[in-house]
Amino acid sequence: MQPGDHLFRHESGRMVAALMRIFGVHNLALAEDVVQDAFCRALEVWRIRGVPENPSAWLMATAKNGALDVLRRQRTARTFAPELGRLLQSEWTLAPVVEELFAANAIKDDLLRMMFSCCHPRLPEAAQVALVLHILCGFSVDEIASAFVTSHAATQKRLTRAKKVLAGSERLFDITALADFSARLPAVHRALYLLFNEGYHGASTERAVRVELCREAMRLTALLLEHPFGTTPVTYALAALMCLGGARLPARVDASGNLISLFDQDRSRWDQELIAEGLKFLELSAAGSELTPYHLEAAIAPIHACARHTEDTDWQTIVSLYDRLTTIRPSPIVALNRAIAVAQTEGPERGLEEIRSITDCDRLAAYPFYSAAVGELELRRGRHDTAREHFRAALALARNPMECRFLDRRLGACERGYTQRAYYE
Amino acid sequence: MSEFTYLYRGGRDTPVSPEQRQKQLQKWAAWFKELGANGHLKELGHPLESAGMVVKGSQKIVTDGPYAEAKDLVGGFSLIEAKDLAHAAEISKGCPILKVGGSVEVRPVMQLNM
Repeated sequence: MQPGDHLFRHESGRMVAALMRIFGVHNLALAEDVVQDAFCRALEVWRIRGVPENPSAWLMATAKNGALDVLRRQRTARTFAPELGRLLQSEWTLAPVVEELFAANAIKDDLLRMMFSCCHPRLPEAAQVALVLHILCGFSVDEIASAFVTSHAATQKRLTRAKKVLAGSERLFDITALADFSARLPAVHRALYLLFNEGYHGASTERAVRVELCREAMRLTALLLEHPFGTTPVTYALAALMCLGGARLPARVDASGNLISLFDQDRSRWDQELIAEGLKFLELSAAGSELTPYHLEAAIAPIHACARHTEDTDWQTIVSLYDRLTTIRPSPIVALNRAIAVAQTEGPERGLEEIRSITDCDRLAAYPFYSAAVGELELRRGRHDTAREHFRAALALARNPMECRFLDRRLGACERGYTQRAYYE
Repeated sequence: MSEFTYLYRGGRDTPVSPEQRQKQLQKWAAWFKELGANGHLKELGHPLESAGMVVKGSQKIVTDGPYAEAKDLVGGFSLIEAKDLAHAAEISKGCPILKVGGSVEVRPVMQLNM
């Protein structure tokens, strides 16, 4: 049989999380070694004998034996998880305790505990996301570097620092205390949101990498929804926005790897199942009194999802949702998207006015789709030369070949006097 | 058709990502599948533990071992059918171990009925 997609990657997170619970947060490196050994062994056996019936259980059992081995050999030399203390010292309790900690439902909690531990307040957001990807999603340094378009050295440094902070946190996050859970939850939401966004809007060239980031964010959010403390309206809003956005992923890039703007997407390729799930989550998010940016972003998505064409889209409502988003979390990107929506209802001149009035638009200086949006609106009102200039500026900022090709085509549109609209969502 | 063993040496990987390991595994599966489809696979064979014991001489001295260098250690074997040695060697070129610094030793199984 063939192992399922990303089996190793996902098992890696499960194994590290379970081992950390036993070894203690300060022994992250040791846990990672045991996991490496388990994979090494799996590869050696499976390459010849084939993948066993239940590869996940096989790997877990191997990691468990590896853990017992380490605990027996090093119990005098090392301290392990303080909460387990003497239970690991005696041969009477050692094996049953480890057995229990490797039970399937224990591991689910381990993952959550790890996720919360990674979102440590002393870590910058980017480091939290990198740590989540590394520990819970089994991404190597190189894979993270490629996903975030940073160098190997910079990623390595960021991870080393983050691991140090994590190891210094003395114990893993306690997910059984509601007050602590609720206090850390926003940071976890934010990290998952950033992870999803990196996949959705990020600069990585590889489409597969980006889809995977989105998928990982969705997987971890689903995990959050399985815990009673995690099922809050905000988590539902986050899940909704991921499902509704994720539903459009298949249509965002065509067969030859070209970026397709929302206006030109083949809407029949949107994932209807994910849309339905997103709508269900959106409904569940509408409880309580807290209105978060996730709620608003999630509310914008179905307006697109439910419109058959760009022309059928309720842009008025989109503008008003962007207005509210601007009040609770102002950002130049939100303002830019709002301006584009305004242009849809009130014409390109009004859109350009809105763009010009973005207060901190210098923060968008390196963002290719800022210039591209201006170019698009100029093109729409027939000023082809100005539009061309803006598209050229955008092209100079393009972060990968896919964006280059896309902007090249927009430049081509200027030459042809072609005025099809594009929306860079 | 004659029989051959493939002895897989080395190729114990340096730390790589879980995803890369899984991809490597998929390459092995694909390779064996191809061998099987072409009628070259007599037996999958077995992987071997790296630590064992060596018993030597009339004194029957037992030592831990073999403790060869990782690159020289036989990690497993398979039984192959091919026209001749050259053919068996040719087929072995598809083995994924070659891409990760390992080697395949191709040895004819001695024929009893000459």
